[in-house]
Amino acid sequence: MKTFHGRVVVPGSVSAPALVTHQGFNTLASFQKALMFGDKSARCSDQNNPDLFNKAMAGKALCLPQTIGSTTGGMILYAACEMGKQPAALLFSKPIDSLAAAGAILSGVWTEHGMPTIDSLGDEFLDAVQDGSTVTVSADGTVTVE
Amino acid sequence: MILTKEQQEMLDGRDGEDMAKVVKTLVMYGDAFHAQRMVPVTSRYGHLVTSFGLSMLGSVQGLMQELIDSGAVAKQPFSVDPRPLDPNVPASLLQKAVFAFMYSKQKPYEEQLRKMGLMKENAFTCTNYMKEVGNTPKEGDVLSWAESSAVVYANSVLGARCNRNSGLIEMFGSIAGFVPEFGLLTDEGRKATWIVEVKTTRKPEAQLLGSAIGMKVLEEVPYIRGLDRWLGSELTDDVKDYFKDMGAATASNGAVGLYHVEHLTPEAVRLQEQLIRPDARTYVIDDAELARVQNSYPVMWKNKEAKAQLAFIGCPHLSYAQCIRWTQKIREGLIQCNRSKVAVPTVMTTSPAVADEFRKTPDYQVLQRIGVVLSSICPLMYMNNPLCAKMPVITCSNKLRTYTTSRYYTEDEILTYITKGSVKA
Repeated sequence: MKTFHGRVVVPGSVSAPALVTHQGFNTLASFQKALMFGDKSARCSDQNNPDLFNKAMAGKALCLPQTIGSTTGGMILYAACEMGKQPAALLFSKPIDSLAAAGAILSGVWTEHGMPTIDSLGDEFLDAVQDGSTVTVSADGTVTVE
Repeated sequence: MILTKEQQEMLDGRDGEDMAKVVKTLVMYGDAFHAQRMVPVTSRYGHLVTSFGLSMLGSVQGLMQELIDSGAVAKQPFSVDPRPLDPNVPASLLQKAVFAFMYSKQKPYEEQLRKMGLMKENAFTCTNYMKEVGNTPKEGDVLSWAESSAVVYANSVLGARCNRNSGLIEMFGSIAGFVPEFGLLTDEGRKATWIVEVKTTRKPEAQLLGSAIGMKVLEEVPYIRGLDRWLGSELTDDVKDYFKDMGAATASNGAVGLYHVEHLTPEAVRLQEQLIRPDARTYVIDDAELARVQNSYPVMWKNKEAKAQLAFIGCPHLSYAQCIRWTQKIREGLIQCNRSKVAVPTVMTTSPAVADEFRKTPDYQVLQRIGVVLSSICPLMYMNNPLCAKMPVITCSNKLRTYTTSRYYTEDEILTYITKGSVKA
C-alpha cells in the first residue's frame, strides 16, 4: 500500500478501482459518445488516448495528470454528474487545470453528485497507481493505493 | 479571496439564491487557483461555447432556464459558438433524422440564449473576434469567454486577458460581471515556461505546428522563435489568420491558452524576452519533428483506403481573406486537371457575418459553380452524428481531427484530394 497527499479541491471520501491515464485527459473527446448515446458505463471515446480508449470511466477513480482540449470540458463533467455517469473521484498528479476545476466545482455546487477531487499528488502517484488498483480518497486529501 | 462589499452581498443572497450560487461557483473557482480578488469584466461582449441544443444535455438547458427564471442573466451581450445544423451541408435522409433527434432542443435552446443576452441573431461563430462579427476585444480587456480557439486568439493575437474558462463558467462571469484574478489574467501567469525554436526548412503548416506545440507544452505558455523568418515581422491579416489556425491546434491538441511569437504578437513585441521565465525549457521543431507528429495521428476510418466522401475546410471558421484564397486555389487546381467541379463534396465554413460579405463577391459565384458548399455550421457538431462519424471525412483542421473520426491532411494535400480525387494523384 502506498500513501500520497494532495490538495483538496472538492472534498469527499470514496473508495473505487483506479483508471489511469498518463497523458492529458481530453474531457470532451472522452465523454462525447457516452453522453450522447446512453452508455451508462461511460466508455472513453478518445481515440487519441491509448490508456483509456474504450474503457469504462463511470464509478472509477480517474487518475490523470491534467485535462486538455475543448473549453466545454467543465460543462461536460457537470453534465456527466447530472446523468450519473461521472468518475467516482478525480485524482490529479499535477495542479488542477481550469477546465477540470470548473467541472468539479460546478458539479459540487449545482448537482447532487459531486466528485471528490484532489490535485498535486505528484508524478510518483501516477507511477504507482495502475488500472484496477483500489484507491481510497480521504477528506483531508490523503490517497492510498492498494 | 477578498470580496468587495457588493460581491459579498451577492454571495450572501442579496440578488437571489441562483445569483448567490453563481458567485459561490466563481469564488470556489478562484480559490482553486489561489486568486486573491475578483476583477471586473471589461470587454463589451462575452462569448459562450455552448451553441447546441443537444437532447442529451438537458441538464445544461435546465440550468439555463433556472437562471433566466430567477433573473440571473448576462450583464454583457455575448456571441456564441457555431450552430450544429445546416440543411445545405450534405447528409443522407437517415443522417438528417439522427440530427433531428440529437439536436431536438436547438430551437428552445436558442430562445434561451436570446433571453440570456445573445448580442445579435446571427452571432453564431467560433471566430467572434473577426471584425465582420464585431466582438473584437481591445488589448488589456478582461474577458469572460470560453471556446478554446477564441480564448487563445484573444490572449495571444489581441493581447486581451482571459483564462481558459469552461462552458458555464464563462456565462457565470458575464452574469456576475466579474471573474477571479489568476493565471492568464496576471502578468506572472502570462510568462512563458517553454521556448519553442522553429527550425524548419519551409514555412510550417499552421495546424501541424500548433499540434506539435500543444502536445508538448499542454497548458503552459510557449514563446515561439523563428516564425518571423516565414511570416515576416508585421502582424498582418494574413499572419493573424495563420495564428488563428495554429492557435486552435495548440488549444485542442494541448490546452494552450496563450502563446507569444517573437517580433509578432503584441506582448512579445513590447516585452520581448522579459516574457520568458528563467527556468523555461526548450522544444526544437524541425521538419522531422513535424513529420513525426503528423505520422502519429491515428486513422479512425474502418477502411483506411476508403475514398473520402466529404471534406471540411474551416475549423475554426475561415476569415474573409481565407474564403477568397481557398476559392481561388480550388478553382486553379480544377483548371490544372481539367475538371469543372470538385471531386470530393466539400464544405467551407465561415461565420454568418463573413459569409454575408463573401456572398457579395464574384468569388462566391465561382465557389458555387465549382460545387463547394459555403456554410456556418460547426463541423465538429456535424461529425458528432454517429452516422456521419462512420463516413470517411477529410479535413485540414487539427481540432476537427482531434475530436472526431475525420482524417487530417495538410492544406496542400486537401487541395490535391478535392481537385484530383485522391491525395496521391
